[in-house]
Amino acid sequence: MMFGKLSLEAIPFHEPIIIGTGAVVAILGVGILGLITYLHQWKYLWDEWITSVDHKKIGVMYFGLGLVMLLRGFADAIMMRAQQAMAAGGAAGYLPPQHYDQIFTAHGVIMIFFVATPFLLGLMNVVVPLQIGARDVAFPFVNSLGFWLSAVGGALVMISMWVGDFAATGWVAYPPLSELGYSPTVGVDYYLWSLQVSGLGTTLAGINFIVTILRMRAPGMDLMKMPVFTWTALITNILIVAIFPVLTATLALLSVDRYIDMHFFTNELGGNAMMYINLIWIWGHPEVYVLILPAFGAFSEIIATFSGKPLFGYKSMVYATSSIGVLSFSVWLHHFFTMGSGANVNAFFGIMTTIISIPTGVKLFNWLFTMFRGRIRFHSATLWTIGFMVTFAVGGMTGVLLAVPGADFVLHNSLFLVAHFHNVIIGGTVFGSLAGMSFWFPKVFGFTLNEFWGKVSFWCWLIGYWLAFTPLYILGFKCMTRRMNHYDVPGWHPYLVVALIGACIIGAGILALIIQLAVSIRDRKENRDLTGDPWDARSLEWSTASPAPFYNFAHIPRITSLEQHWEDKETGRVGMLASYYDDIHMPKNTSAGFVISAFGFVLCFALVWHMWVFATIGLFGMVATFILRTYNRDVDYYVPAAQVARIESERYALTRKAAYR
Amino acid sequence: MIGRYLPLATRLFCLVLPLALGGCSDIELFNPKGDIGAQERTLILMALGIMLAVVIPVIVLTLAFAWRYRASNTRATYAPKWAHSNAIEAVVWSIPCVIVLFLAVLIWRTTHSLDPYRPLESSVAPVRVEVVALNWKWLFIYPDYGVATVNRLAVPVGTPINFRLTSESMMNSFFIPQLGSQIYAMAGMQTQLHLIADVPGTYAGLSSAFSGPGFSDMHFDTLAMPRERFDAWVSQARNAPAALDDATYRVLEQPSTKAPVTTYARVTPGLFDSIVDRYMAGRMPSMAFNDSAPICTAQGLAPRSKE
Repeated sequence: MMFGKLSLEAIPFHEPIIIGTGAVVAILGVGILGLITYLHQWKYLWDEWITSVDHKKIGVMYFGLGLVMLLRGFADAIMMRAQQAMAAGGAAGYLPPQHYDQIFTAHGVIMIFFVATPFLLGLMNVVVPLQIGARDVAFPFVNSLGFWLSAVGGALVMISMWVGDFAATGWVAYPPLSELGYSPTVGVDYYLWSLQVSGLGTTLAGINFIVTILRMRAPGMDLMKMPVFTWTALITNILIVAIFPVLTATLALLSVDRYIDMHFFTNELGGNAMMYINLIWIWGHPEVYVLILPAFGAFSEIIATFSGKPLFGYKSMVYATSSIGVLSFSVWLHHFFTMGSGANVNAFFGIMTTIISIPTGVKLFNWLFTMFRGRIRFHSATLWTIGFMVTFAVGGMTGVLLAVPGADFVLHNSLFLVAHFHNVIIGGTVFGSLAGMSFWFPKVFGFTLNEFWGKVSFWCWLIGYWLAFTPLYILGFKCMTRRMNHYDVPGWHPYLVVALIGACIIGAGILALIIQLAVSIRDRKENRDLTGDPWDARSLEWSTASPAPFYNFAHIPRITSLEQHWEDKETGRVGMLASYYDDIHMPKNTSAGFVISAFGFVLCFALVWHMWVFATIGLFGMVATFILRTYNRDVDYYVPAAQVARIESERYALTRKAAYR
Repeated sequence: MIGRYLPLATRLFCLVLPLALGGCSDIELFNPKGDIGAQERTLILMALGIMLAVVIPVIVLTLAFAWRYRASNTRATYAPKWAHSNAIEAVVWSIPCVIVLFLAVLIWRTTHSLDPYRPLESSVAPVRVEVVALNWKWLFIYPDYGVATVNRLAVPVGTPINFRLTSESMMNSFFIPQLGSQIYAMAGMQTQLHLIADVPGTYAGLSSAFSGPGFSDMHFDTLAMPRERFDAWVSQARNAPAALDDATYRVLEQPSTKAPVTTYARVTPGLFDSIVDRYMAGRMPSMAFNDSAPICTAQGLAPRSKE
């Protein structure tokens, strides 16, 4: 009774691929835990990372989560590509449909919720407070809680692989297929609870960043002096707060359908599955802009820095970003033109969708004119940006083509669509995150990343992307539909083999990324950034040390210019030692975020398996920990001025040494 | 009007894109066999053409600017403070606006002319086909002839085909790429689709909305044939040994994959409507089954009891 539906039968011992992977992961996990114990690093991990409320460390942990989940999501991708390259002309391939269907569902869920979203939240965490001259986010504890809730969601998806199964419905889990009658296993329940818990984390992050950006800017930084990345972060977080409650509500309705025999989306008793499709895309389409806007922001900062010029058309950029935010709510129906909505409705949503390409096109032109008459340095971040501009131009175009209802009537759900959204997500979000990583890495760690391996990674990703997805565009015109486990059409096979080769090259790009991190850590002494401004950049985050001290700025800067740091450099006001320091007010670390999330894990896992006792314990633990936390008054402290002075003068000495060299 | 530009656009497209691998003729969407499909091909090529007129220059300019203004090229002008130009901004806002204006007109007109619900204009009387998406096979009912088929659709060429579609349970999307538009088949609802085949031949048909483990095999052949052969096919079908009555349907709707092509004669009239209505009347099908009120069972179809 205690364990609900959970029994040893839930572990798929008969699936050699899953059990093999499980064994490898278990061995690696035990190895890592053993290593931490052997090196006596548990206290360090607990004090400096797990309980940390420092936005930079939380940003790094978000990125770490994204990278780990990228490996899993990519493993899924390569398995799908291999299956489709094998299962031609009557062959069954090596994955039966039940397993294959879980893989493409998990791939989509992981890449959107546990790779792209953590990458972008990671970038925003690292960059936004530094860019606006703040010492942390508005609600540091909530920030820690948000991260750990997201991590719990990722953990649930991972565990579903070995205990039970994952949804086999596609990443948006359309009913009636996702209803209990047609998906009776726990797969969809894992899907629901992992998204609910990580969605809660994302919503908390959204609220936090809106308040941070609106309330914590340095004096003098009015909205139109805010760096573009922060602008994109602001719009992104407004979108998050507007749409994630819709996702939560939609998934909650599906949950009560499955758990207590409600009929919101069932075929029977007046349920309407098409309502779910509307609701999920009312969340889902703005979510696309949540994923792309911060990447746009990162590219804007990078292209200006490495062109040695201010961003062209700053105001245009701000208005374009804001209008994308507004328009993103009026296009969701383009995901189902083929539902039979009637010509007026389809035409309206088609036209609204093409209108979004206006501000997006303007952005592309603005980056172009930022390069115009610049002095472009081809750092790997620049390469990612140029690669993005070329790739995204095509992805945007195919997106507009899909927004033409008459074209969508024959391209809907085809591999053309699959190619399109990988075109914009890889070419936009992934390139942007990796560009942002190589750009801002020294600000967090104090040393720059290895350029050689960074460029190897870029070229592998770029070539791999084009090789993997151009065939999919063509297959879309050859009417191959998505999510096929096997097929009889021999003409599709060569394209899928090319796509598999492309995916392998992307794999080489991911490998190069890991090598880049390893090599950079090994050579960290040689690549130490003593200046705090390794790229001769323009915004505020580059005016403090690398790595940025935990309090970010010894003195809160006064803002008089859009490109404050650049102006300070022009007028010779950088690299000076202040004559006095104040005590600095900082938040204390707390374990509450981690503990609440741990109970959240118990709650969600128990709900998946109908273990009501454990679910009660989990829920009670979450609420009780939260209440205890609210009674805790010991949440902040002051860094004494003397300590600040010591840290700052040490940094000053280092900077002088660097200047001497 | 669109049609006039078609040959040029097609030729340009085949030249411009590497899709020409083996020629456009083996790319199904560029090789339509019916008027709707042909219009959609033209639409795709026109929309792509309009957009490529901007996208290609943008890509070329990106690469050209990146090369021209590389840091090592000291001969190129460097304007470190230049970041604003009303003239350029006016142009960069106008170009996408103009493109979108073109596309908006194109979208408004074609979305109406290609509306799947719009009956096709023709002097030939249409053939009616009722489509039921089952797990995981397609049932085609010809109400005018009282025959039905599984996993094979026979249609006469040059004749508008009026489809009504529904689904037994899963949402599917009914799609014959070379004839044109697809549309969802949804349980408890009906949608409409109007297509025409202009050339005899065998065309692949499929479901393009994932509907569970048997989805990959949920395809069928569409046989487009001259009217005389179609009429012969109908009279042959009318003599098929199997009849499609309630009992047969209840066996047929059980999930299966790779169901063999089957022809039925003597289809129970109103079968399609009863499949659409099976979830109606605000009660579980199992309740309706025991209900004397002739709502779900009006046409003699007893709905499946709830598993």
